[in-house]
Amino acid sequence: MSGIALTLGPVFFHWSPDRLLDFYRRIADEAPIDRVHVGEVVCGKRMPFSDPAWPEIIERLERAGKEVVLSTLAAPATVRERKSIEELCADERLIEINDVTALPSRAGMPFVSGPFLNVYNEASAQFLIQRGATTICPPVELSLAAIGDLARSCPDAEFEIFAFGRLPLALSGRCYHARIHGLHKDSCQFTCERDPDGLAVDTLDDQQFLAINGVQTLSNQVQAFCPAPADLTSRGVRRIRLSPHTCDMVELAKTYRALADGREHPKDALFILSCLDLPGTLVDGYFHARPGWQATASI
Amino acid sequence: MTSGRMELVCPAGTPATLRAAVQAGADAVYCGFRDETNARNFPGLNFSGEELAEGVRFAHDHGSKVLVAINTFARVNDVVLWKRAADMAAECGANAIIAADIAVLDHVAKNHKQVRLHLSVQAAAATPEAIGFYATSFGVRRVVLPRVLSVQEIAALNRAIDVETEAFVFGGLCVMIEGRCYLSSYATGKSPNLNGVCSPPEMVSYDDEPSSTAARLSGFTIDRYEPGEPVGYPTLCKGKFKAGDKTSYLFEDPVSLNAGGMIAGLKAAGVTALKIEGRQRGKGYVTEVVRAFRKAVDAVEQGGDAIEIDRILAGQSEGSRQTAGAYSKKWR
Repeated sequence: MSGIALTLGPVFFHWSPDRLLDFYRRIADEAPIDRVHVGEVVCGKRMPFSDPAWPEIIERLERAGKEVVLSTLAAPATVRERKSIEELCADERLIEINDVTALPSRAGMPFVSGPFLNVYNEASAQFLIQRGATTICPPVELSLAAIGDLARSCPDAEFEIFAFGRLPLALSGRCYHARIHGLHKDSCQFTCERDPDGLAVDTLDDQQFLAINGVQTLSNQVQAFCPAPADLTSRGVRRIRLSPHTCDMVELAKTYRALADGREHPKDALFILSCLDLPGTLVDGYFHARPGWQATASI
Repeated sequence: MTSGRMELVCPAGTPATLRAAVQAGADAVYCGFRDETNARNFPGLNFSGEELAEGVRFAHDHGSKVLVAINTFARVNDVVLWKRAADMAAECGANAIIAADIAVLDHVAKNHKQVRLHLSVQAAAATPEAIGFYATSFGVRRVVLPRVLSVQEIAALNRAIDVETEAFVFGGLCVMIEGRCYLSSYATGKSPNLNGVCSPPEMVSYDDEPSSTAARLSGFTIDRYEPGEPVGYPTLCKGKFKAGDKTSYLFEDPVSLNAGGMIAGLKAAGVTALKIEGRQRGKGYVTEVVRAFRKAVDAVEQGGDAIEIDRILAGQSEGSRQTAGAYSKKWR
């Protein structure tokens, strides 16, 4: 056993309450995942739909022995969104901070620093650790070497890598789902719900490139980093984050668990991932200090 | 926040543009060092320590301020380079340092108390809580507002905070929340946060094909032009893409920001300073834009009406398409 823990990140997409309940029920019962993030991160307008589902989901996950983390909005703006962050910050469970807005309300209490917070160096990491950060999942554009350097400089926090899923590349004040349907954000009609893994954005030459999810832009390609466990532990990285998609996340979690325990070879793990029903091709460029869309490992 | 005269903050990519901006009526100029510590790290641009010291002397002699942008995120194990840049800005007599990274803000707050700290747009602080955090933790005196807020929201924000705000009014327009966009590194490996560049020129190619020219970034086709059509720079978020069954400028049309018509509204919303983007621009451009905005701001201060402001700025809208961006709620 390598001592590497598995995290299921928050769902970035606008899934219906029924889909969320089904998804987390299966995660609770079947997935070898230690920590599960719940909550809306991308768009506060979706919260009235998903909010009623969370108490049951949290209860189910905790009953199954999972550690639940309440993720908070990455780009809060309205009074209601800010209030929701304040309320979540008061919770005794661990929360994930994705915008500086949450820091004052969480003063002195433990939190996860999410990938939307700009932690690029040891000084900013230390600053957040002093204020309660216990786990840090750095921005996705950092290389594994850089994350390793951070982890070595900050032994008091646990470092996590965004290993699987479409990469969260940008947020905007503008909703692209609304724009593409000729609507504005303020009257968006929630068309993002039609694309549970995001809507593919191709170039004029049909190159797969990006994906949109409301105000969020993701990669079209799917991050699928399958390191040997020693590559992580030698760098002080102790946690792997998997970002939810509509593919079989239980099978995916089992594969990563086997990989982290040294029971599955990285090449074989990558092959198993490639057999899942994924929305894009597999990439891992960022971890190798290369453009994010590139794939260094071949299947 | 303020009922005083609005400050006009103008770009200076080189010592020559600094002097031009000051002479054209800038209340303050902003510039950066010739390295990756600033978000306009382009070849042939920016200042050495000596040039900055000389620029500060020139600006101060003419009654203008100098704000130094050290607004990228310090690289792990190399934070000292960013700290040194801040030290040099302070030594040169800069009026303020514009920073986004907690490491840089913390260093300036602890070591250069005489230098004002402005929070860069790259920090993306858009709520009273986030701005309050930076004000309380580091003594930040002014926040450059993320380009996601409408004028109404800026007014509400200013009522809830006790630091100054600065708003972009003209020039290039980021569609994504700045400081939180990795599109460029995804395609090219170079990013605004880490390298101070977006869609870098060395990754751009213009490929002539039988019936059109393709503008590509790192091999990805960003736009395509018919013969005779003016060819644009392939900035990622201004590209033409296919999504669903549509081909469109999905993120934003190839437009630039012109909120000249909103100066009076921004003043009423309590904004302290207006910012012109364009440190990559030449002396002639900067002179012309600064001069026009100087007149427009003065006219607004003297109670000029919208028609007069439009007339003053009319010359600034030729040749390119413009938008008032997020200041207008419909942009979203």
